[in-house]
Amino acid sequence: MADIIATNETILVVGGGISGMSAALEAAECGKQVILIEKSPSVGGRVNQLYKYFPKLCFPTCGFEINQRRMKGNKNIRLMAMTEVAEVSGDAGNYSVTLKTAPRYVNENCTACGDCAAVVETEFADEHNYGLSKRKGAYLPSRMAYPQRYVIDPAMIGTPDADKAKAACKYGAIDLDMQEESNTITVGAIIWATGWKPFDANKIQPYGYDRIANVITSVEFERMMDPAGPTGGKLVRPSDGKEAKDVAFIQCAGSRDRNYLKHCSRICCMASLKQSTYMREQFGDEGKASIYYIDIRAIDRIDDFYQKVQADENVHFIKSKVARIDENKDNGNPVLRGVNTEGYDRYNNEHDLVVLAVGMEPSVPAGDFPIKVTVNEHGFIEQDEANGGIFAAGCSADALDVNRAVQSATASALRAIQVVNRVAGTEG
Amino acid sequence: MADAIKIGAYVCKGCGIGDRLDTAQMAQVATRDAKASLAKEHDFLCNADGVKMIQDDIASEGLTHVAICACSRRAKTEAFNFGDIPVTRGNIREGVLWIRPETDEAQETTQDMADDYVRMAVTECKYQKAPHANEEAKYERHILVVGGGLSGMTAAIEASKAGYPVTIVEKTAALGGSAAKAWKGIPQRAPYADPEDTGVDALVAAIEADSKIKVHLSSTVTKTSGAPGRFAADISTESGSTATENFGAIIMASGYKEYDASQLPEFSYGKSSNVVTQAELDAMAKAANGGPIKTKDGKDVNSVAFIQCAGQRSDKEGHLPYCSGHCCLTSIKQAMYFKDQNPEVDTNVIYTDLRTPGAGGEDFYRSGQNKGVTFTKGKVNEVTTDGTVKFKDLILNEDTEEKADLVVLATGQVANSGVDIEVVGQDEPGQWQTNPESVLNLDYRQGKDIPLLKNGFNDSHFICFPYETRRTGIYTCGPVRRPMDAQQAIEDATGAALKAIQAVENSGKGRAAHPRSGDLSFPNFRREGCTQCKRCTVECPFGAIDEDEQRFPKFNEARCRRCGTCMGACPVRVISFDNYSVDSVGQQLKIVDIPDEFEEKPRILVLACENDAYPALDMAAMNRVEYSAFARVIPVRCLGSTNLIWVTDALNSGYDGIVMLGCQKGENYQCHFVKGSEIAHVRMSKVDDTLQSLSLEPERVEIHEVAITDIERAPQLINDMADAIEKMGMSPFKF
Repeated sequence: MADIIATNETILVVGGGISGMSAALEAAECGKQVILIEKSPSVGGRVNQLYKYFPKLCFPTCGFEINQRRMKGNKNIRLMAMTEVAEVSGDAGNYSVTLKTAPRYVNENCTACGDCAAVVETEFADEHNYGLSKRKGAYLPSRMAYPQRYVIDPAMIGTPDADKAKAACKYGAIDLDMQEESNTITVGAIIWATGWKPFDANKIQPYGYDRIANVITSVEFERMMDPAGPTGGKLVRPSDGKEAKDVAFIQCAGSRDRNYLKHCSRICCMASLKQSTYMREQFGDEGKASIYYIDIRAIDRIDDFYQKVQADENVHFIKSKVARIDENKDNGNPVLRGVNTEGYDRYNNEHDLVVLAVGMEPSVPAGDFPIKVTVNEHGFIEQDEANGGIFAAGCSADALDVNRAVQSATASALRAIQVVNRVAGTEG
Repeated sequence: MADAIKIGAYVCKGCGIGDRLDTAQMAQVATRDAKASLAKEHDFLCNADGVKMIQDDIASEGLTHVAICACSRRAKTEAFNFGDIPVTRGNIREGVLWIRPETDEAQETTQDMADDYVRMAVTECKYQKAPHANEEAKYERHILVVGGGLSGMTAAIEASKAGYPVTIVEKTAALGGSAAKAWKGIPQRAPYADPEDTGVDALVAAIEADSKIKVHLSSTVTKTSGAPGRFAADISTESGSTATENFGAIIMASGYKEYDASQLPEFSYGKSSNVVTQAELDAMAKAANGGPIKTKDGKDVNSVAFIQCAGQRSDKEGHLPYCSGHCCLTSIKQAMYFKDQNPEVDTNVIYTDLRTPGAGGEDFYRSGQNKGVTFTKGKVNEVTTDGTVKFKDLILNEDTEEKADLVVLATGQVANSGVDIEVVGQDEPGQWQTNPESVLNLDYRQGKDIPLLKNGFNDSHFICFPYETRRTGIYTCGPVRRPMDAQQAIEDATGAALKAIQAVENSGKGRAAHPRSGDLSFPNFRREGCTQCKRCTVECPFGAIDEDEQRFPKFNEARCRRCGTCMGACPVRVISFDNYSVDSVGQQLKIVDIPDEFEEKPRILVLACENDAYPALDMAAMNRVEYSAFARVIPVRCLGSTNLIWVTDALNSGYDGIVMLGCQKGENYQCHFVKGSEIAHVRMSKVDDTLQSLSLEPERVEIHEVAITDIERAPQLINDMADAIEKMGMSPFKF
């Protein structure tokens, strides 16, 4: 790897999702030097796994394309994929950071021609599809992957398949001896943008995610709509592959609950409203959605999207925290049991498929953050003077939708710039 | 065209190109047909050796331009970057190899396709100049903030902390805005349990102590002209004196006004002094200064009802259709004013959906419950003058009522977003009550303020790019862009301050702002050819072009976003960019080899938006989706840059069909240049005249809206054209 040039006027951005990319680009387009690191082989993060955004129902890859182009054309950004922070020490304006870069086993000679993947047979669960499908052991993480470079799964190393991949590459791009690299660099400020992970649905025992095939999560449902996704864009039941025309969405699955995540994850109501439109998109009048909710939090000017969905006679709203889900063994249908609190009616409702609107769990290493920062009980980084030159962006700061995450990222870029400008003595 | 052009063409044989195509022939085509000075093949052009070969040629042969005939321009962009040397790309891998079957029958047409892309890449070089920043670029670090409320003050202090001087213009006699009128704020830090200081006083003090921030009170901006890096703003005081100052960028933080509760007679507002708005209650709390809040006639308050969504989320005439976002939290805060003082006071929040998102929001809601605030899901129909609240309890599903000493209406925020420049002069007013007063008084051809979105909020319409307004160098923050609470306004203002700083830095170097960030090109204009038709000034989606005293277009380069819509609009083709022009596309389509009609090889010109349609075709190629070998795809900056001459020239040179692929238009537009796609659609609706005059079928020219995800559909649209040509027959215009 070429030498990493960083000084105490450099900004380190940790996490290459929409927040990290935005923070890095905004700072770089102000003329600052930025190192952007991303744990996985490609930037893009969670939003790159979404089919559409609410409320515009537009495609996340559209903005991702623009952000990629901004990155390709900007020499102020150094992107390091498969890289994580191991250690941090120092203070605002002068941090020493040790970065660990995992071996990709593919070097910059890769042209993304795909010859390696063509000869490899070993398959692994595809992370891009939340494990709902398989990918090869030599793979491009997604069609929009950036860097546009293949990866060899570490589990392949030492197998004959890895040697086959190497032999298939005409460009000397596969280096099976690549080792983990460690680099210690100096930076002035750090933007922490490690995003979120879907709350582990297995923990919500009454909903049977681990027992009932036709209970899935909202992020999995989203992948099913992608024409290039695990089901080729078809909304089908995992149990039997039948079309799922009657889908129940359960809000606050893991959120607003003392047993799981206490916070409201903000996006889930809008996400389910959005996903309810997929039913009509896919099945026309035959697609039916039932949304089990506590409050519909379609906040501020996007409330009109809620109003639009409410006007759809095929979408039903049931104010209820579902008590339990059982499976009808005859047909595989999940059966929802609970009380509709509007009128106090007990229900036993069967649906083809249940989608759990799982909450956002911040991916902030709360217990062992590499340096002292203030993390609240929910796992988000609080804005605090005591954090020095470390600033949270996006869902490291709070449960945010994409628009707010980018605003947060843009704000964090300025906070970091304030630090490095102070170092440079250019703040006036 | 610049003199002494020397083009090097490089044909890559990697990724299977050399196995399936005659690359020697492609190299020959480059020099023989397209007049490249030299053409070379390489086994693996993007590796260090290939790149070095090109660098060496630049040094030793004095190449001025490089045409890379290899993979898509979206791939290996970093490898093929030779500084000031313009580089064009012939998309042989994704554009030919991966979309064509590897069969003997397909071989000839596939090779034809590759040869044409070589011709096109070399030809494009001839019409490329390395752009240099325009001479009008100015570096002005001073930032103007319009509005001295929480958002404006935050933007000012944050920009100042980064080293940029700021001037705040505030209409009233004091800083603080709406936030200053509140007794306490919604908590912004863990444990999010109690109302806390608004922070406004500290912010005002910080601003007063900051030597880099200048404040004009009782003042408004009466005229704004110029462009990023050289804005000139007239700042006028109430007394009538005006001073002009120069700024690099502008932040618009003009805030909101409270919805007019007198439009809610059903809640007895105005009829009973015990029915107040949230803002009025905060004023009462402030007056009580920590003591018990009394009614206006001085009586003790033992019960308070908070009516959420008063005049909001409603389709009744005069009501706000949207949710104001902060009101649930504000009512919880206000209920705590009473509970913290005296837990015996009954506080009931009557709501339909309680909206307290995020970590802090939910904690605060829980804290309210712990303090004994009652939350009732219900819909209020009426409040009588004696304080009886009649509502439908949505849980018990029955009509009920309760009496309260004080009724608080959670009315919403109405944005102070300036005049609606798009309905000015029209008969039909907007859906909302438009603001009669301009905030910025822009001296722009297209109007005085920033264009509005639905319900009177300012740009941006983009989810991924919240700050992108349609007026370069002017950024909005706070409740002008969406209803919001203080914490969001602070975050938003900090972001807007960054964007303003970025505009200062970009305009100082002559660089474009988003989405063509860093592009140094700008519209060149041949004044002597201009007929003053004004299409460019009217169509520019960013209001960049004014008219000078002699009624010629005045381009204001720093406002320009380089989409080329003006270039597409110009009927006499006097507008161009150094690196993108009527010729850089027009000559490409002309160099394509058009076989005579007996060869039965039609030609389809595809003009594809480089932001969505072109990547969609690339990704289709990655999935090996096939499309017609007769297509010749040219990426365009925006479909709005499509000049009718390209269509006319293509038809006259014997193309059999033209397919234009742009982004979604209309209310939910996806066009990165806002109106480009829409304008292109309008422009092309007039193409029928051209077709008629040539006696050609209208089906030969199609325009479509395409998304980046249309990896099956985009190729299909091209194939549909191929099928249509087969039915219609070949164009008679092949010579």
